[in-house]
Amino acid sequence: MLRRTLSRVSWVDVFLRIFQLVAAVVILIGLYKTFTTARYSSEQWATLAFAGLAQGSIYALIALGYTLVYGILLMINFAHGEIYMTGAFSTVFLAMYFNRIGFLQSSPVLAIIVLILFSAAVSTSIAVLLERIAYRPLRNAPRLIPLITAIGASFALQYTFRGLFGSQFRAYPDIAVLKGTWNILGFDVPLVQPVVFLAAVLLMVALYWFVERTKTGKAMRAVSEDKAVARLMGIDIDRIIVSTFALGGALAGAAGVFNGLFRPQGVFFLMGFFPGIKAFTAAVLGGIGNIPGAMMGGLLLGLIEALGPNLILEGLGIPAANQLKDAIAFLVLVLILIFRPQGIFGERLAEKKA
Amino acid sequence: MAMLEVHDIHTYYGNIHALKGISLEVNQGEIVTLIGANGAGKTTTLRTISGLLRPRQGTITLNGELISELPAHELVYKGIAMVPEGRGVFAKMSVQENLEMGAYHRNDKAVITSDLEYVFGLFPRLKERRRQVSGTLSGGEQQMLATGRALMSKPTLLLMDEPSMGLAPILVEGIFDTIQAINKEGTTVLLVEQNALMALSIAHRGYVLQTGQIVLTDKADKLKKDPTVQKAYLGVD
Repeated sequence: MLRRTLSRVSWVDVFLRIFQLVAAVVILIGLYKTFTTARYSSEQWATLAFAGLAQGSIYALIALGYTLVYGILLMINFAHGEIYMTGAFSTVFLAMYFNRIGFLQSSPVLAIIVLILFSAAVSTSIAVLLERIAYRPLRNAPRLIPLITAIGASFALQYTFRGLFGSQFRAYPDIAVLKGTWNILGFDVPLVQPVVFLAAVLLMVALYWFVERTKTGKAMRAVSEDKAVARLMGIDIDRIIVSTFALGGALAGAAGVFNGLFRPQGVFFLMGFFPGIKAFTAAVLGGIGNIPGAMMGGLLLGLIEALGPNLILEGLGIPAANQLKDAIAFLVLVLILIFRPQGIFGERLAEKKA
Repeated sequence: MAMLEVHDIHTYYGNIHALKGISLEVNQGEIVTLIGANGAGKTTTLRTISGLLRPRQGTITLNGELISELPAHELVYKGIAMVPEGRGVFAKMSVQENLEMGAYHRNDKAVITSDLEYVFGLFPRLKERRRQVSGTLSGGEQQMLATGRALMSKPTLLLMDEPSMGLAPILVEGIFDTIQAINKEGTTVLLVEQNALMALSIAHRGYVLQTGQIVLTDKADKLKKDPTVQKAYLGVD
């Protein structure tokens, strides 16, 4: 009896269980020590959390691009980080110009909206171009091939921008109105954080509305379920796929401007790499292919990244824990792939999709 | 001139020669059925007519216009709609959204609303469940939905692939009654069926397919009495 039960348990399962247990214990010890030593004030925690939410909303916007494309083509567009970079990078020049002519000072809100639209337009064009020349000819190829093409496209974009503009950082100009602080729940928060967060949420609500309510949005959902039947309905799937890339590109472009406003170090040709894979992590965290999942995954990842190092690692006595936030983000990816590969909101994928 | 003329089409899956020169005609106002065993090429024929597969050879014309070169999504504009095998409802979308997809190629909102009411009149069950996610419907309801969705495109020619598949006999009768009703209102129907007896009892004419070729064609009531058909497809000894 016991033997039969034992023979059914695989060693991988046992290992994973132990791993899960160890991970939980380590996290609990870290949390316990952090709180018992009261290393940080609530003020500091709030600062971290607000920064995390703002960063997370940027991840969420990029993650939506991964998830939209995956939902329709079952393909990870690994060049999406570069689509984000092209928007943010091109727009820095326009922002500097606006700064020179004083537009950014005289009517900052309008100027920022123009910057966002410009960045979205650049990213959208790049995304659509990429679909047309790099992915569409490979639509019926084995799935590994567009994946490799995406990596190639990503390098091509990076080094085109390096070739054109060099490898130095270029910072977005300071915008006076965003310099202030805003008192939220009794905490003074740098104004730029809630602004970025709210703007990103607004865009996500708009996207959700688009996909749920408009004709093109419904057609996108139809194509993602069954391409052959969608064609029978008269849906031109090439057009829908292009719209999907365009939407993802527009959100990434907007995220590029938010990032420029939010983070002082500015843009450079490799800037898309880390946010790109982190947003991918966020999309997987929420359940790839799932739109609300990408949104929540992004916000959650931003929070985990902001709070995790101080909350857990410091408690465990690891020095300079803040520098490990990237490690935390990717640890999250590994843990999810092990324990909940379908993500938080994802459903278990049937064999044909997995 | 017949409404739909299929002339000597050859369709391949890779190297597999699935249709070896199918020719058939469907006249305005008819119900025509294709019967035959599994793998005879019935579904392949429908998928070729609907543009999902492209024939390597041969032509298909609708009202004299060559349609075998057109992509599938343009055929809806020519008046062809298909109820695919296995129903093919969009499981994650609501009943109403599925029906709206059927009218995707049209923009006249008022007419779409009245068509929606027409479909709800045909299938009151769908009206009760209009907000429900289609994946939660029963097989019979999904068949109603797939049929209703095809009707939403206001087709002149309706292609139906195995509407009786996986349904209880009582539901099958309902579906066949509906097909007849749709036909009486002026829609021409090309029906593929495993259930040859049912198909022949509502059809005007029939074609019998065997390994990618048409081996027999006649009026439906004559086919029903044909000894080879009786033996092979109707289970009569």
